[in-house]
Amino acid sequence: MTDPLQWARYHWPRLISGAGRNDGERFYNYSSLLLCGKKPSQTPKMAGKHRVVIARARYFKEEYEKTCGTYMNNRIRTTKYTLLNFVPRNLFEQFHRAANLYFLFLVVLNWVPLVEAFQKEITMLPLVVVLTIIAIKDGLEDYRKYKIDKQINNLITKVYSRKDRKYVERCWKDVTVGDFVRLSCNEIIPADIVLLFSTDPDGICHIETSGLDGESNLKQREVVRGYAEQDSEVDPEKFSSRIECESPNNDLNRFRGFLEHPSKERIGLSKENLLLRGCTIRNTEAVVGIVVYAGHETKAMLNNSGPRYKRSKLERRANTDILWCVLLLISMCFTGALGHGIWLSNYESVPFFNMPEPDGHNLSPALAGFYMFWTMIILLQVLIPISLYVSIEIVKLGQIYFIQSDIDFYNEKMDSTIQCRALNIAEDLGQIQYLFSDKTGTLTENKMVFRRCSIAGYDYCHEENAKRLESYQEVSSEDEDLTDTPSGSLSNMTKAKAPSCRTVNNGPLKSKSLNHLAGSCLALGGEDGPTDASLSRQAAFSSPIETDVVPDTGLLDKFSQITPQLFTLPNETDQDLSTETLYIIDFFLALAICNTVVVSSPNQPRQKLRLSSLGRMPITSLEEIKNLFQRLSVRRSSFPSLCSSKESSSSGGPNAFVSRLSLFNRSKLVPPTEEEDSPLSDGAPGPSEKTCLKDQEKAEAAAGSPDGSPDGSPDGSLDSPLGQALALDLHYEAESPDEAALVYAARAYQCTLKSRTPDQVTVDLAALGPLTFQLLHILPFDSVRKRMSVVVRHPLSHQVVVYTKGADSVIMDLLSLASADGESLEKQQKIIREKTQRHLDDYAKKGLRTLCIAKKVMSDTEYAEWLKNHFLAETSIDNREQLLLESAIRLENKLTLLGATGIEDRLQEGVPEAIESLQKAGIKIWMLTGDKQETAVNIAYACKLLEQDDKIFIFNTQNKEACEMLMNKTLEELKKDIQKPPNFPSLCIHVPPLRAGLIITGKTLEFALQDSLQSRFLELTGLCQAVVCCRATPLQKSEVVKLVRNQLQVMTLAIGDGANDVSMIQVADIGIGISGQEGMQAVMASDFAVSQFRHLTKLLLVHGHWCYTRLSNMILYFFYKNVAYVNLLFWYQFFCGFSGTSMSDYWVLIFFNLLFTSVPPVIYGILEKDISAGTLMQLPELYKSGQKSEAYLPLTFWITLLDAFYQSLVCFFVPYYTYQGSDIDIFMFGNPLNTAALFIILLHLVIESKTLTWIHMVVISSSILIYFFFALVFGAMCVTCNPPSNPYWIMEEHMMDPMFYLVCVLTTCIALLPRFIYRVLQGSLFPSLILRAKHLDKLSLEERNEALKKWKEARTVKQTTTGHSHPTDALERRRNLDPSCDLSVTTASVNSKQRDSPTFKATLDITNVSGMAMKTVPSSGHPLQNSIQK
Amino acid sequence: MAWSATSPGANQPDNTAFTQQRLPAWQPLLSAGIVLPLFFCVGLAFIGLGLGLYYTSNGIKELEYDYTGDPGTGNCSVCAAAGERVAPPPANCTCQWCFSLSELFQGPVFLYYELSNFYQNNRRYVVSRDDAQLSGLASALRHPTNECAPYQRSPAGVPIAPCGAIANSLFNDSFKLLHQRLPGGAYVEVPLDRTGIAWWTDYHVKFHNPEPINGSLKLAFYGTAKPPNWPRPAYDLSPDPNNTGFVNQDFVVWMRTAALPTFRKLYARIRHGNYSAGLPRGAYCVNITYNYPVLAFDGHKRLIFSSISWMGGKNPFLGVAYLTFGSLCIVTGFVMLVVYIRHQDENGEDEDE
Repeated sequence: MTDPLQWARYHWPRLISGAGRNDGERFYNYSSLLLCGKKPSQTPKMAGKHRVVIARARYFKEEYEKTCGTYMNNRIRTTKYTLLNFVPRNLFEQFHRAANLYFLFLVVLNWVPLVEAFQKEITMLPLVVVLTIIAIKDGLEDYRKYKIDKQINNLITKVYSRKDRKYVERCWKDVTVGDFVRLSCNEIIPADIVLLFSTDPDGICHIETSGLDGESNLKQREVVRGYAEQDSEVDPEKFSSRIECESPNNDLNRFRGFLEHPSKERIGLSKENLLLRGCTIRNTEAVVGIVVYAGHETKAMLNNSGPRYKRSKLERRANTDILWCVLLLISMCFTGALGHGIWLSNYESVPFFNMPEPDGHNLSPALAGFYMFWTMIILLQVLIPISLYVSIEIVKLGQIYFIQSDIDFYNEKMDSTIQCRALNIAEDLGQIQYLFSDKTGTLTENKMVFRRCSIAGYDYCHEENAKRLESYQEVSSEDEDLTDTPSGSLSNMTKAKAPSCRTVNNGPLKSKSLNHLAGSCLALGGEDGPTDASLSRQAAFSSPIETDVVPDTGLLDKFSQITPQLFTLPNETDQDLSTETLYIIDFFLALAICNTVVVSSPNQPRQKLRLSSLGRMPITSLEEIKNLFQRLSVRRSSFPSLCSSKESSSSGGPNAFVSRLSLFNRSKLVPPTEEEDSPLSDGAPGPSEKTCLKDQEKAEAAAGSPDGSPDGSPDGSLDSPLGQALALDLHYEAESPDEAALVYAARAYQCTLKSRTPDQVTVDLAALGPLTFQLLHILPFDSVRKRMSVVVRHPLSHQVVVYTKGADSVIMDLLSLASADGESLEKQQKIIREKTQRHLDDYAKKGLRTLCIAKKVMSDTEYAEWLKNHFLAETSIDNREQLLLESAIRLENKLTLLGATGIEDRLQEGVPEAIESLQKAGIKIWMLTGDKQETAVNIAYACKLLEQDDKIFIFNTQNKEACEMLMNKTLEELKKDIQKPPNFPSLCIHVPPLRAGLIITGKTLEFALQDSLQSRFLELTGLCQAVVCCRATPLQKSEVVKLVRNQLQVMTLAIGDGANDVSMIQVADIGIGISGQEGMQAVMASDFAVSQFRHLTKLLLVHGHWCYTRLSNMILYFFYKNVAYVNLLFWYQFFCGFSGTSMSDYWVLIFFNLLFTSVPPVIYGILEKDISAGTLMQLPELYKSGQKSEAYLPLTFWITLLDAFYQSLVCFFVPYYTYQGSDIDIFMFGNPLNTAALFIILLHLVIESKTLTWIHMVVISSSILIYFFFALVFGAMCVTCNPPSNPYWIMEEHMMDPMFYLVCVLTTCIALLPRFIYRVLQGSLFPSLILRAKHLDKLSLEERNEALKKWKEARTVKQTTTGHSHPTDALERRRNLDPSCDLSVTTASVNSKQRDSPTFKATLDITNVSGMAMKTVPSSGHPLQNSIQK
Repeated sequence: MAWSATSPGANQPDNTAFTQQRLPAWQPLLSAGIVLPLFFCVGLAFIGLGLGLYYTSNGIKELEYDYTGDPGTGNCSVCAAAGERVAPPPANCTCQWCFSLSELFQGPVFLYYELSNFYQNNRRYVVSRDDAQLSGLASALRHPTNECAPYQRSPAGVPIAPCGAIANSLFNDSFKLLHQRLPGGAYVEVPLDRTGIAWWTDYHVKFHNPEPINGSLKLAFYGTAKPPNWPRPAYDLSPDPNNTGFVNQDFVVWMRTAALPTFRKLYARIRHGNYSAGLPRGAYCVNITYNYPVLAFDGHKRLIFSSISWMGGKNPFLGVAYLTFGSLCIVTGFVMLVVYIRHQDENGEDEDE
């Protein structure tokens, strides 16, 4: 008796640890990585051995073979198996599963003659079937990987061939270390390459690393020193240097080594010289490099750890219950063993129906009991559902299939649908409690769109632009390739511009028609422009939605007034007008200049635009230029006619012209801005109109003679071809998308940035022609100053001008207070400031990213003085940074405010709705972003993560103590709020539960994540509805996820789109990648990849819920089924002396689980639908049941087991009493048991099912039919074929016996009665939320809507009666967060503690160490600029 | 994947009812109102069936006698005691059971013997047989399966036919029924039909004697040993060539191992001559040839006369169960009715709100 216990003691930990181990187990797909000597996840220490690379060229063949011959080539293999090792390896992997080992153990056990219960061969069958099915599945998966590998391996690149002495095309897989590779623009880099040549004269090459780290901005790489100066390409034949570098490692940001010339001269190599596999060459015509790492040794591959193997929570839950089943099994077997022993010892002598051993001696009862234990284990093995694992796998496949088939996840634009990369955690989708989301590209589209601007105090709301943005969603796909090219915006603009001169108020132009016309205009005239849709991918941030900006008609109107005269006669007539116009010019110049944008043209791919000879032409005298401008001004202002004439001539038909004319007549101007801000009412109307008229006449004159001047004019040579052709095709590539957006916006107003070199910027200003600014300085953006400036010399006025662009909070403080220009100007500035501030607030409220634009004119002496100091700062060695900062502050003061811009990082479609639903579903959403606080908060508001009347706590501390203190305070406050419900309910009746938001910056997060503060931080976040972590590093992101996941024991989901989200995606229980903007890295690491954030709603609320309920119900059903069936055998043991007899034929026993009752639960697991998708989407609360694991609680499991016991008792004892004392034989007795059990088990499923489709019916009835068919055929055919168990003619006999039917019917009914009654009573007396919601499904559409409305009302009423709401407060802003301050904390909240009034605001400043302030509104005004982040 | 070129729209999922999970479905929503009629209907139907079964079962007559021979309980105790002591029990110890019928024992009458506490369903016992051998397969006759061990071969190594424990433990009591028509009259032997007591399929399909050699079954069995407990070899079981060897009906019946430790096996049917309608009034005596020892394992032997109906032997359980369950359904039905009415009230109130 002790032996079984010992066995248990020994095996239990193994089983448990086996199950536990699976939890965290990661399977590296790239297992072959393990074979190449370096462990992929190893810390990238400089390995002892270095790698020497020698050119694989003619003269060093031997040496090459010696050194480089052993390096891996570029072929990759990510598959797990090969044809040869598939079977052993797959078996090996499968037997890592504790369950499979258990079944293997059973099979082996059955070969021990002493304990054999079944025929040996039969017992193997289930295991073999299970293993085969899984092996097939694994094989197919691996085959898919193999095909992808093959595709990648066979990509073509150009490699230098010794034989042909030129670059020849070769597959990626044939590239080896030491090869010279020549890559053209837009090609993907096949291996890690040291850059030796670039067509760029500066020896620079741009690469896009989005495929690697997800950052879509361009990165610069440099040619190895000493090679940059060469004019011609590197000659591989002559390359005789050797490269020594580190052994392969996975650190993307490090590369060390040197290049040694034959002369022993060494040149250092750094990561700046390395082109990484998987990146794309951009902006550079061609590069040549030598391969140093190839294939699996490349940094990209070493970083690719492949998807991990996750176990779902449900499965973990099931695993523990399987352990319970094991315990149950052991106790049953123990009972059997004990019983057998006792039964045997009851006989004084051995009865003759107890067989002696084959050798004739009899076993002692104890020994027999021991053997019986094992026999019982074999007999009752089915209690541990072997088919459960297979069924779970199949059900998951089915669920994945349906998720992937869901047409709602289909994104037409990208022709992509959801990708399920992890096949086994679909049900976790239904249990998510915490959602961690990236911001940029996940919630937003990562497309910065210029939305509004305010210049000189006038708001230009760009209504058409707004409409255009809306209409994009409708027409996007068809129009994409048309509007794709920048010429689209240009022609748009020209159309809008021309009419703008005729100030006739015909009402707003319909955006759609405009869009349409834009298309048609292009179709007619845009043939020379590249229409290739792929163009959009060529340059970063150049999707049409970003590049097309429809100018505001009012602003255009004013813009058109720009004449060169403004510069010549600055102080004379029309002071007001000219000031405003000058503001406008300066504003757009600032937009165009004040940045670090790279200009490129797709027509001349990637050759950086150098100044044309014209542009470089030295400006001899200002006078001359002025004259030139004056002469050209006529033609310039009639630019539209130029366009139209070009169009009509190219299309040949008059239609274009007619349509254009009709447009002229039809389209008119929206009043430039909303009422009182209108420049017409406010500004100086008289002169404006005059100028307009003048221009208008000119325009008409030009339009009247469309064939006239432009081409004929000898002066036309000045602005063309550069001005014409290039303007159409310019692409801007910026480090941050909003910079590009501003440049595109400026271009829409014909203030086109044309080229940029380190010392010059050329801008093509419509009215003035190309202006070349001498670039004196760029003071780059940094997060302390929150602004950037350029210092230029204005080509016309020849003054030194500083253009500054930055966050409104900083710029506003730097404005000049006393202007030298006298009272009026000062006063004007003040007005402008106030107005602009209003606009800024307005923009911020609308979730726009705001920037202020300011300028400053410096006298030459001032400049010289500053320059002196700045030079000192630049050259100083100590404190250089500090000095530079001071220098910048010296420069950036006394600024003149020009205006402000509002840029929209457009939220993805449906994001606010999605977030709202998810929050309603009880999911806590955290936003983790690397972006700045202001941006993050803005977006958080825009996407409804935070509500206007939420309490907001901002944690931004510089040291730990402050952080701790602040946390304690906040906690206290929050707890107070929660514990103390309002004492005056009469005053605050409708108050939802407290909503609070926490905003924490990266620095503070670091403290919060430390051990000592962790728990408090978590407690704090637990009280908050939403948490925003800004400035978080990728590592922090994953640490946060890890912390929440491990400490709170919750289900987490992380969603992101970039490589910086990868670690977080991998840590979370479910990682979701957004495919799209930023490369594949996130997708590769994710479990599911969707194309838009809003798909998450359906994925979680509908599919998650379904998958979870389906699978949990199915698992429970499996437990039930097996326990119910196996217990029949167990009960029988009481009547056969615990001898291990089964009253059924072995085949029936095996097939019962494998065949007769296996498909219905699988179908149930795949197709069960407790509530329709629509209801689930509309009632997100229903998701909460999954979060609480309601479908599968430990109690549910035990109730299920209890029911199974009851049913098996009924199923056994009804036939038992019926046949008691009759001449029934064993199989005759077993047959009704089996049959009744079959009916009970299947009908139980029907009772549990919430939906029954024809598929259910077919499967269930075919299960029954197969059972009878099998029993009948087997009974008829098998006379002696299955010794010793022989069910010959049993079923036939029974089918003719009415008693059989009566027994089966009665058994089935009695067994199912309790569950049936329970379900019925549940349905009527205490319906769960889900059951109630299900009622809605049964209603007709109208009734349903009605009921839904009622439902929602009922819910809100319920909520409001329990809480009280915050009154929406007026806003109070605290704008100045001084970042240099050691500690700066802002807490914002709507405080409802003062009870005398329902609406009030309380501001509270705690000015101790932790300056704590309360405010009510998002600090949304803080402008943002994606800084240069390296 | 950037490198997979597919035509636009190729990845679009099919929009069918199946893939979009919109298949029309029956959505059973269980609630008291809906299941009310079901409970009543089922209840009534079951009560009806129960009554039928109950009366049928009650109509079946049974007459049984325990002839185990517990010390001092009758004349069989002598045989029983004798059998206890001697290893192969002494042949042909007989005892008698006499009874009288005051009225006709409605036919057809079946004569069963019942053994209790006899675990014919012991796993090791159950498997101890060779169906191939019993089906007359010559090779199996000489080479019985290992399952039969230790009754596979005799100590001399000769294969046993039929092998195995089941065959070895063949029940070998025999009964003779005598009828005394008139008080004091002579006892007439009632013809017992010993044919057709086994399943037709067993007798005709499953069990076969080995092919007789030269018409002699004995020769066919040559080279085999009799089971140790058998007094004579298989081919000598009965003089009737159709009832001897493996196709001996008693043997075939015995080989159908019983499911439960207390079981009956059919011994004979009474359906010939004057007894086709049943056993008429009068005195009867059963002469029992007592061979089978059961006292060693606390077993009991009974002799049972039973009339038979379409539902087999007498068993009131099923009828009672049906009646109980039917009534339970009706009761539940009423409970449901209450629930339904109450629940409706609540609903009504809800709506009033």
